[in-house]
Amino acid sequence: MNKSMIDLTPLTRATRWHPAELAFWLLPVAGYFLLQDNLVLLTQIAITALFCLSLDLILGFAGIVSLGHTAFFGIGAYAAGLMAAHGHGDPLLGLLVAGICAGIAGFISSLLVLRGADLTRLMVTLGVAMMLYELANKLTPITGGVDGLQGMEIQPLFGSFAFDMFGKTAYWYAVGVLFVMFVIARRLVHSPFGLSLKGIRQNVGRMPAIGAPVNARLAAVYTLGALYAGIAGALLAQTTQFVALDVLSFNRSAELLLILVLGGSGCLYGALIGTIVFMTAHHFLSDMNPEYWQFWLGLLLVLIVLFARDGVMGGVRRLGALGKGGAKA
Amino acid sequence: MTVIFDGIASGMLLFLISVGLSVTLGLMNFVNLAHGAFAMFGGFVAVTLLNRAGIPFLAALPLAAIGTALLGVLFERTLYRRLYAATHLDQVLFSIGLVFMSIAGAHYLFGPQQQPLTLPGFLQGQINLPGLDMGVYRLFLIVLGLAIAFGLQKMVSGTRFGAQLRASVDNPRTARGMGINVDRIFTLTFALGTGLAGLGGALGVEMLGLDPGFPVKYIVYFLIVVAVGGSGNITGSLIAALILGVFDVAGKYYVPQAGAFVIYAVMVAMLIFRPQGLFGRKAAR
Amino acid sequence: MTQTRRLSGLFVALAAAGMAFSALAADPLKIGFVLPMSGPFAAYGKQIEHGARLYLKEHNDTIAGRKVEILVKDDTGVAPEISKRAAQELLVKDKVDILAGFGLTPSAFAVAPLATEAKKPMVVMNAATSAVTTKSNFIIRTSHTLPQVTAPIASWAAKNKIKKVFTLVADYGPGHDSEAQFKKTFTAAGGEIVGEVRTPVKNPDFAPFLQKIKDVKPDAVFLFVPPGEQTIAFMKGFAERDLAKAGIRIIATGDLTDEDLLDAVGDNALGITTSFHYADAHKSPENQAYTDAYAKAYPKDRPNFMSVGGYDGMQLIAKTLEKTKGDASGEKFIEAAKGMSWNSPRGPVSIDPVTRDIVQTIYIRKVTRVGSKLQNVEFDQVPAFKDPGKQ
Repeated sequence: MNKSMIDLTPLTRATRWHPAELAFWLLPVAGYFLLQDNLVLLTQIAITALFCLSLDLILGFAGIVSLGHTAFFGIGAYAAGLMAAHGHGDPLLGLLVAGICAGIAGFISSLLVLRGADLTRLMVTLGVAMMLYELANKLTPITGGVDGLQGMEIQPLFGSFAFDMFGKTAYWYAVGVLFVMFVIARRLVHSPFGLSLKGIRQNVGRMPAIGAPVNARLAAVYTLGALYAGIAGALLAQTTQFVALDVLSFNRSAELLLILVLGGSGCLYGALIGTIVFMTAHHFLSDMNPEYWQFWLGLLLVLIVLFARDGVMGGVRRLGALGKGGAKA
Repeated sequence: MTVIFDGIASGMLLFLISVGLSVTLGLMNFVNLAHGAFAMFGGFVAVTLLNRAGIPFLAALPLAAIGTALLGVLFERTLYRRLYAATHLDQVLFSIGLVFMSIAGAHYLFGPQQQPLTLPGFLQGQINLPGLDMGVYRLFLIVLGLAIAFGLQKMVSGTRFGAQLRASVDNPRTARGMGINVDRIFTLTFALGTGLAGLGGALGVEMLGLDPGFPVKYIVYFLIVVAVGGSGNITGSLIAALILGVFDVAGKYYVPQAGAFVIYAVMVAMLIFRPQGLFGRKAAR
Repeated sequence: MTQTRRLSGLFVALAAAGMAFSALAADPLKIGFVLPMSGPFAAYGKQIEHGARLYLKEHNDTIAGRKVEILVKDDTGVAPEISKRAAQELLVKDKVDILAGFGLTPSAFAVAPLATEAKKPMVVMNAATSAVTTKSNFIIRTSHTLPQVTAPIASWAAKNKIKKVFTLVADYGPGHDSEAQFKKTFTAAGGEIVGEVRTPVKNPDFAPFLQKIKDVKPDAVFLFVPPGEQTIAFMKGFAERDLAKAGIRIIATGDLTDEDLLDAVGDNALGITTSFHYADAHKSPENQAYTDAYAKAYPKDRPNFMSVGGYDGMQLIAKTLEKTKGDASGEKFIEAAKGMSWNSPRGPVSIDPVTRDIVQTIYIRKVTRVGSKLQNVEFDQVPAFKDPGKQ
């Protein structure tokens, strides 16, 4: 009712789909036809992208640094895996349960995480994830421990599309879920809720003054991020039809943070593009040089930091700024 | 008693391999996750000197520290200094890149297997007192750790260099205005941090092993010590490492079933009660 | 969707038909390796690749009249989704005839369904959990199983005046498996377990556990931890505390005194008694030839059991293809491979036709200094030993 008093055009404009975005979402379709042989890679890129998106929600939009985000990914993966191993192999049901489990875990741990500053948060999240890792290892009779969870049977999607070795079903399934989750995240980010998060990140002190409950908002977004991560974990479990302890490993958390920073946090497409760049680079480098690919990947990261600060999206944005004098990507 | 002694020794080892990070992260406010890579470099220098050149262990230790410090200076001059003003996340990305390169480099140069290291005879074995068995090497670690902690603390708080360093970190612009050569101070401090990393790496080979995976394998431990101790505080790191070591060893001795959880549980608990670390300064900038 | 589906189905059928033809026309045989080439288990991948390539080199890259092409993909260690991705690409994109490698159990488990679906032979060259071969009828293993190398040391110990044993295993699946097998065999033979402890997998310090062992004073410690820095740390701690002088011995499976690791453990390893299927000091003409060729091809490394797993994997593939006249199609290959026997560098081995697992001699060895080198010197053996984990 107060719309006439405040000009909301910039906000509504931001929510509208930019043509570049539509073009971006044609990529997975093109990928399907052009890279038939690499569908598993593309599927895993989509899953990691979703996982990265979940971290972006809490790091990029709420400013909570986490080195233990695999905790939720792992909970989701094991939830979906255990369901499938015990005869409830419907993929969508698995996703739902995994998301809920991870969300609950996220809500509980948000109570711990909201205390302290960056380094403390980093270490508390890490500690929680490491303890979960050890717990999953301890529960070998249930989780299969380091040997991995066996006996997963995933039923065909919608009862008709089976997950086969050519990976077509898995691909469309993962891309579809990613797209839906992305659209939801996109709406959310542009909603008043998302804007209040942005405010919190920029100035925590002032937010209570305009009536935004900081801790409740942060807890909510942390829970949401956990839920997203859980769904990503479930996707991985279902498309690989296997879960091993590494879904909870520190390396995965660290790699994820790396991908997000690489892509540029605080921008939903940063998460997606970071994932595409990182995983494609990893894939091709390790194909060319299976033993020493890490060297080249490391070099790539160093060069990106030195010459394209703020990640790939930062670089893109700066290029755009050079061209159009300050247009926002 | 022996359990407590072992815990202290284990904590001291944690301290020794992490103190370099406490210097770079804590004092210079640079998230140098490549700390482990420098430690590994020190380890390889020591092992190579010992096994190929036949240099005695005690001489190889300072050489490893100096070698790593020189490498640190080289990297600081060419790369790190460009990133002092960057965000922490960029620093993470950059230093992880270095870690990847170091892993592949070490793999290429030394192969993926563990490196052998034999201690000189006088550091092996145990001293047996009634009710207390002390490993000689562990005793050596404890003494060395205390000496380093004491020396560093003195240097940071008691010398002119320390005062200049604190001034440069807190406010580089004013420090420069006061005639302090901030660049030089930072280079020296970075050299100190990496030198300590190298020393810690060389000392750690005996108990932690040495292979190309080193920088990643122990990164969690470095971070735990620094976070719990409170960044930038040498005494804090020392006490944190000792507490963690004693709890870890005692936990494994008395409740081995929960052995793996102890160190993380202690860390999380300590951070919840003291989010700034045990002796953390309120604002690190 | 259905259109593309049918098209691709047609394509696959064509490809399969093409492959059948090409086999006759002696097209190159493609073997796709999924191995940890980087990361913490890179040593596994290196050794297996060395062994496999060595066999090919000795046979001019030709098996049963077909040129052989090896493709190696890195799965970075324990990352089943990467293993699966690698295997899938090898099958779909590179159209390999045989899958091989597999350093760790999770990789083998994750890939097994693909082998079944694609009906391609899958030769496991290391992953040692007993159940691996049960996950697909197309899996054959040329390495060993954990129970297979654990049981003999237990019966040997019981026979050789070791009455009281303290077991120390890492707290993870393989550790639990070896602990269970050791206990079962050892107590059945009249031994007594006087203490047991499971140590965290990431454990930089054995001090507390060693102290416990010292307090209990068993005749021997049965040890199973992930080979690598943990083995070294344990042995060093063991020596530091003078446990050997207190009359306590270490018995273990041979992966802890593996040749890749032995030099790094150093003299602290002296006297450790282990059971295993291969030592590079094994005395036989086949092994002499093998170690000589290995030293020539890879002067910086020592051959170990993983390299022999790779070598024998290739040898099995070669012998089987000779039998099928170059036909590598899944069912035929597996049928032909069942019951296959040959003289490996490790001694006589065969493939159990029921479990598709390897049957081999397990040796009891002691770490001894021979000349300037530490060696696992064999002094006892259990011939033609089957995996007890599946009985």
